[in-house]
Amino acid sequence: MSLTDWETVIGLEVHCELATETKLFCGCPNDFGRSPNTNVCPVCLGLPGSLPVLNERAVEFALRVGEALHCDVPEESIFHRKNYFYPDMPKNYQVSQYDEPICGNGWLTVPLPDGAARRIGIERAHLEEDAGKNSHVGGGSGGRVHGADHSLIDYNRAGVPLLEIVSKPDLRSPEEARSYVAELRGVLEAIGVSDVKMEEGSLRVDANISLRPAGSEKLGTRTEIKNMNSLRSLTHALEYEAERQAEVLEAGDAIIQETRHWDEEAGRTYSLRSKEESHDYRYFPEPDLVPVVPSAEWRDRVRAAMPELPSARKARLIESWGISDTDASVLVSTPGLADYAEAAVGAAANGSGRDVTNWVTGDLLAHLKESGAAPADLPLAPAGMAELLKLVGDGTLSRPLAKEVLSAALSGEEGGSPAAIVAARGLAQVSDEGALAAAVQAVLDAHPAEVDRYRTGEDKDRKKLRGFFMGKVMAETKGRGNPQVLNRLLDAALPTGP
Amino acid sequence: MSSSDGLVGRTAVELAELVRRGDVSAVEVTDAHLARIEALDADVHSFLCVGGDVARAAAADVDAARARREDLGPLAGVPVAVKDMFCTTDLPTTAGSRILEGWRPPYDSTAVARLRAAGAVVIGKTNLDEFAMGSSTENSGYFPTANPWDLGRVPGGSSGGSAAAVAARFAPLALGTDTGGSIRQPAALCGVVGMRPTYGRVSRYGIVAYASSLDQAGPFATTVTDTALLLETIWGHDPMDSTSIPAAPEPALARLEDGVEGLRVGVVRELTEVEGIQPEVRAAVDSARNLYEKAGASVEVVSVPSVEYGLSAYYIIAPAEASSNLARYDGVRYGLRAEARGSGGVPRKDSEVAAMNAATREAGFGTEVKRRIMLGTYALSAGYYDAYYGQAQRVRTLIIRDFARAYERFDVLLAPTSPTTAFELGAKTSDPLAMYLSDVCTIPTNLTGACAISVPAGLDAAGLPIGVQVLAPALGEAVLLRAARALEVGFAFAGVPKLGEEAAP
Repeated sequence: MSLTDWETVIGLEVHCELATETKLFCGCPNDFGRSPNTNVCPVCLGLPGSLPVLNERAVEFALRVGEALHCDVPEESIFHRKNYFYPDMPKNYQVSQYDEPICGNGWLTVPLPDGAARRIGIERAHLEEDAGKNSHVGGGSGGRVHGADHSLIDYNRAGVPLLEIVSKPDLRSPEEARSYVAELRGVLEAIGVSDVKMEEGSLRVDANISLRPAGSEKLGTRTEIKNMNSLRSLTHALEYEAERQAEVLEAGDAIIQETRHWDEEAGRTYSLRSKEESHDYRYFPEPDLVPVVPSAEWRDRVRAAMPELPSARKARLIESWGISDTDASVLVSTPGLADYAEAAVGAAANGSGRDVTNWVTGDLLAHLKESGAAPADLPLAPAGMAELLKLVGDGTLSRPLAKEVLSAALSGEEGGSPAAIVAARGLAQVSDEGALAAAVQAVLDAHPAEVDRYRTGEDKDRKKLRGFFMGKVMAETKGRGNPQVLNRLLDAALPTGP
Repeated sequence: MSSSDGLVGRTAVELAELVRRGDVSAVEVTDAHLARIEALDADVHSFLCVGGDVARAAAADVDAARARREDLGPLAGVPVAVKDMFCTTDLPTTAGSRILEGWRPPYDSTAVARLRAAGAVVIGKTNLDEFAMGSSTENSGYFPTANPWDLGRVPGGSSGGSAAAVAARFAPLALGTDTGGSIRQPAALCGVVGMRPTYGRVSRYGIVAYASSLDQAGPFATTVTDTALLLETIWGHDPMDSTSIPAAPEPALARLEDGVEGLRVGVVRELTEVEGIQPEVRAAVDSARNLYEKAGASVEVVSVPSVEYGLSAYYIIAPAEASSNLARYDGVRYGLRAEARGSGGVPRKDSEVAAMNAATREAGFGTEVKRRIMLGTYALSAGYYDAYYGQAQRVRTLIIRDFARAYERFDVLLAPTSPTTAFELGAKTSDPLAMYLSDVCTIPTNLTGACAISVPAGLDAAGLPIGVQVLAPALGEAVLLRAARALEVGFAFAGVPKLGEEAAP
């Protein structure tokens, strides 16, 4: 059997850091980048006698997710304690939801690589607190616990609210998994519950993956893959793991149910110690908290305030801007990009949706990928993008010049203002016929041999020579000549034939 | 008033009035009690830590506030002994455990903060069974406390230090916690009043957790009035405790003297006829019954059949919660850290954190704590959860239902507090089950989350105090205290243990 004879079955657990003002159970700010162990209090440090109080905003965010993912939201959900010893857990138990989560049984429609769309089942979504962060130091350990001299723990992250969204094992390929996460990320962003930055860890994905013979209904033994920090590494890790499992199965061996770590540099997954797998977490209801019972009014308010979701937004953009499905997908699935494009269209002339989309999904997206910046942080604001379009529309800039201006604006030149860049660099397109005609004549005068060959040449040669003249004229005008005008003038000035 | 001798043995109401009027200073009151502790606590060992200068400074603040003619709080200048389960920023908090030896919390428990706001002076932190696990204070990680009535006997527990301190007149008031009877049982054994309020009535914030769904803080005093005064100082909603009751409590102190005319009192048969009950304790319950009838209440016997399962349910639920609550004592962040040792007792330089955790817990926890952690861990384990923890919770539901049925017919219930008076030090230390049985009459209230109080009812033939217990439904503090006050008037118990030179023949 080869990989094509196996069906890949994938389910994803997405840990989403909720963008609340404060932590899940205390008043400490929910933000990052402070010095270690300064953003803490008796509650998130789990000091003796401290007690948790649930952050209502986190509940509201979970309700929004439940609404967006069509989940059943029970009238009452409760928290449990998940007991295990780990130094980054201040209480040696994690307060989490277990068998009565706030969201159960929903679905997300995911556009798939083949152009179709499919409902992917959502098993559940539950609230839980994050742990602190270990760093392992010294001993040539390379930051890993084994062989380190000692470990340091920063509890600033302890108590940060997480929503764990668990899909059903409905995904059938690494590409589908990628599409699911991209779509989910767009949803979480649209409903304003998270800043969804995978690279910064505010969206963390663990994957359960197994293989089964094509056509079989029975699930195979799965492995859980951790440490995938981007959509790209998710795809790569799952591709690697599917192949690894196929090789194991084809050699007649059994898959060991275990957690495996994705090593981005080595491009492989490796087994974490499997003896830690058989945890008995001794779950029991958290006696320090009361059940979460969101009122009907509250849930109605959340429902009424739901913003447009990416799938609806995509349909609307295709409809109103006349753009392609692919472009619309790129806009809504790239964090912040559709907001940017809509703001630019709003600031520009009517009917500019298509032009904005071309710029935004082209040069601008390339810049985002290269720089890692978010659209909202670009020096070129949406209004600036509208300005650029206007400069092209009124003939001030040619397309090549516009690309140059865009690049300059994105790197912050002249405060990101296209008009200011055009002025400073003297880039405005020259359309003055007198000046351009003089330039054309100067080029023809300077190349009499070529003009002569043009006159006597075959059509093929004439075409080549015409390109040569056009290039020279452009150079003469320092690239600023209006190409349409130049074309016309050049045609008029060139001899018509033998 | 120049002599401090007249200041000890007074009630909190009296002391607060003397300070308010300016007849004595708060510092004089504090000094008088510190002097008595200094002189006599070497025999009783009720304090793990005496406030000393910290207490004097708090008293001086009260005097300064009075000098500035500021309004004084209801407990201004009154010394209060605090069980060492309550976090205090100015005194170490150990929960009676070596694993927290010397730990200074960065925050005050809500109950202590409210005491301070009312002008009370924290005179010291009292001894207890480690993490409140015990009924004799012999499980303290430091030393046992003696019963002031007979230094060869236990004061009860786990709040034995607080009960003994109030009985010995080291302070007119004390705070305790009651998870299975840890306020009421020692109050009975030491001849003072001790009350467990409704679950959620007093904030648990800043109280070291033993069993979260059962823990509740409450007052000790020599009188029911002082008990009500202390309760009203510390009770009420606290946003820092999610299980705190939001509704404002019905005032209790103001209704204390309203009497019991027409009150319906039920005597709980199963608790009065409990196996091994001392005849004198049973006789005290009968006396209480007569006192109520004389005061115009109606009394009948009532059966609450499920209470006989209470002890078993408690010893699943409490250890289960404790096994989780005590997981945080691992040597990583605060308290004791023991080095893991390899063969030959040499510290292992390469020791993994798990080995350090284990060594710390091995060295820092006492036998009873370890026993309950293991019991609770087992009860929560996969495959056993439903048979143990699940079953215990169902028993709890059953007991709640049985009591609710009883309260359809009665306003309050009557029962012994402890089946026996104080037992000798060491008598039950080797038999945990016998020790557990001394809480059989108090545990049902913890399981139902309701309130109950122990009132002194006299002395047995050996001269040891007997307590009777009044129980009321959840939120029934006002009727409970009023009913207790009637018994106090009826019994007119005025006994004070003799210590030091007073005890000399």
